[in-house]
Amino acid sequence: MAFTSTASRRARESGPSGWLAAPALVFFLVFAVIPLAGVVALSFTKWDGLSEITFDGVASWARTLTDPVTANALWVTAKIMVFSYVVQTPISLLLGVFTAGGQRYRAVLAVLYFLPLLLSSAAIAIAYKALLDPNFGMGAGLGLPALAQDWLGNSDLVLFVVVFVIAWQFVPFHTLIYQGGVRQIPGSLYEAAQIDGAGRLQQFFAITLPQLKYTIITSSTLMAVGSLAYFDLIFVLTGGGPGYSTRLLPLHMYLTGFKANDMGAASALGVILVVVGLALALILQRLGGTNRKASQLEGA
Amino acid sequence: MNIRKLRTAATAVAAGALALTLAACGSAGPGGAAVSADSATMWGLTGGNQPVLQKSVDAWNSAHAGESIKLDFFANDAYKTKVRTAVGAGQGPTFIYGWGGGVLKSYVDAGQVEDLTSFLSQNPDVKDRYLPSVLQNGQVNGKQYAIPNNNAQPVVLYFNKDLFAKIGAQPPTTWDELMALVPKFKAAGIAPFALGGQSKWPDLMWLEYLVDRIGGPQAFADIAANKPSAWSNPAVAEALTKIQQLVDAGGFVNGFSSIAADSNADQALLYTGKAAMILQGGWIYQGMKTNAADAIKGGKIGWTTFPAVAGGKGDPAGIVGNPSNFWSVSSKGTEAQKKAALDYVKSGMFTDADTQTLIDSGAVPVVKGIEGKLAASPDKDFLTFVYGMVKNAPSFTLSWDQALSPAQGDAMLANLDQIFLKKITPEQFVSTMNATIGK
Repeated sequence: MAFTSTASRRARESGPSGWLAAPALVFFLVFAVIPLAGVVALSFTKWDGLSEITFDGVASWARTLTDPVTANALWVTAKIMVFSYVVQTPISLLLGVFTAGGQRYRAVLAVLYFLPLLLSSAAIAIAYKALLDPNFGMGAGLGLPALAQDWLGNSDLVLFVVVFVIAWQFVPFHTLIYQGGVRQIPGSLYEAAQIDGAGRLQQFFAITLPQLKYTIITSSTLMAVGSLAYFDLIFVLTGGGPGYSTRLLPLHMYLTGFKANDMGAASALGVILVVVGLALALILQRLGGTNRKASQLEGA
Repeated sequence: MNIRKLRTAATAVAAGALALTLAACGSAGPGGAAVSADSATMWGLTGGNQPVLQKSVDAWNSAHAGESIKLDFFANDAYKTKVRTAVGAGQGPTFIYGWGGGVLKSYVDAGQVEDLTSFLSQNPDVKDRYLPSVLQNGQVNGKQYAIPNNNAQPVVLYFNKDLFAKIGAQPPTTWDELMALVPKFKAAGIAPFALGGQSKWPDLMWLEYLVDRIGGPQAFADIAANKPSAWSNPAVAEALTKIQQLVDAGGFVNGFSSIAADSNADQALLYTGKAAMILQGGWIYQGMKTNAADAIKGGKIGWTTFPAVAGGKGDPAGIVGNPSNFWSVSSKGTEAQKKAALDYVKSGMFTDADTQTLIDSGAVPVVKGIEGKLAASPDKDFLTFVYGMVKNAPSFTLSWDQALSPAQGDAMLANLDQIFLKKITPEQFVSTMNATIGK
């Protein structure tokens, strides 16, 4: 025991060569840092995508920040993020805990749960669009008037429909993360708890949940930052409509850039998106606490 | 060990060769003629004209191995975004499909399309092929930058004859009759109008016709000419008010704002008997001919012009829509690509066979001297109606989203969507749109 820990400490001190990170750094530079600098530069210009790029000062920023559609897009993004989080986290957590068990029927069910993960966002959006069509969809097909709502055309309803479809698509992924997390928890903890007479519920709250702390933070970070990128699904499903009711920030950026051909304003929106994403990731990492290196495993 | 390695290598080479063969098959296209890297490229739209264009290009490729054209198709909304981005990035096709108007002007201003004026004067038979009023829509600043490539596409009011018979009514000839029909159809459990509201541009057809009927074609001509406060013309606000009255009355099908026109879900409502009428472009007849052959053959679908509005200045024979679609030739292509493109325009397009395929698909080609062919078609009722409509129209206003600059067009569609959803008032629409003039 003592030997291995000294060995690993020595390895950490000398460490692998920093050059091993070079390819990753080059990719990061070429595909992240340089384009980001380009977007920042573009946000101070006027460009319709076709003609010459001309310097335009802070005009694009002024236009973007005073545009009520931008504020609305931020609000829609926040709503979708919060609702998706609230819906997805408990479901994926419970499903993850459930599928972490060893019984064969759980393995079979797990396969079924993970099926949506295999489909592309566009395919999911097209399928749901057909199912939810008020005139030709499942309401009409099954003869159930209750299902023949104007799911995607009602500005009050559509946001929840979008949250549902997003959850359908991404719950399997987070379930997988939680399943992995639960399987890392040493069985001896549960054995000890059982000897102390703890019930299933108590075991869940006293052992499983605290042991999953970092899994929850990882999953939450992916969920929150990922919700800034819910673009393809919503673009195909609702196109941001009706009106502006599902036009979230990345979609607003795309439509501003490629439909209204205002690359300056679209770049400003892109920068806002980066800032919001970074802030979210930082906040979530902070919530993880300062002693991040502390092990959650037994005996540490 | 060595043998195993050798076998692996041989398998890999074989797989690679197979992949290359497959790729070569894929790019040769159905025409069978070889398409080289330097072939002229062409992007068309999916829908009614897709098979017509495919057939024309296939015929061209098999007869002109040295000047072959590589053809790809895109859905309407996706195409409009893609082509502009591609052209801006220098990756556009040799043949740029378009509608004329402000969008064409933005290409001209950026120097992306060839000036075809001298090509037309050197080839008078190409010039004489077209109806002059249609050819004119490919001009910017008096020069020809785009050549008509298919059919006249006025916006038509289609109706389902069975549903009208069911409630014992006639198609509307005035706006008041149209409004009076709405409660009757609703009482019978039928949606009065289908509408592909998610695509936004079908909404525009209502505004275009109402403004034309109320204020005459000059109302939009002023807007297109960027005259200050041109949107303040009272015809615009009145048209928007009428649209909102129709929305209030329940004139549009349940869920119209989630129906996309690209998937033809809007026309399906008409021929499946869920909606009594639809205001759509002449091109959906081609779609219905394929998707609802029985309804078309059985004469269940009728068509008429947009109703007159009492007290309106506009002539009820005035039309809106697309005089035609157009080909522009990219100025960034190689000399060989440009030459192939112009040769195709000269002798590959609107050949007798092409024109006939277009007519057979249920469309009216924009060329002269086809009356006889139209009359001989099984779709002669619709085709002669459209041809007469175009020929006798005192004005033919290009679809506004294409006539205006892209920035203005996008703002207009977004705000019109808000009008249909009743999120803004006509006055708000007018003041927002006035602020976009000149952009």
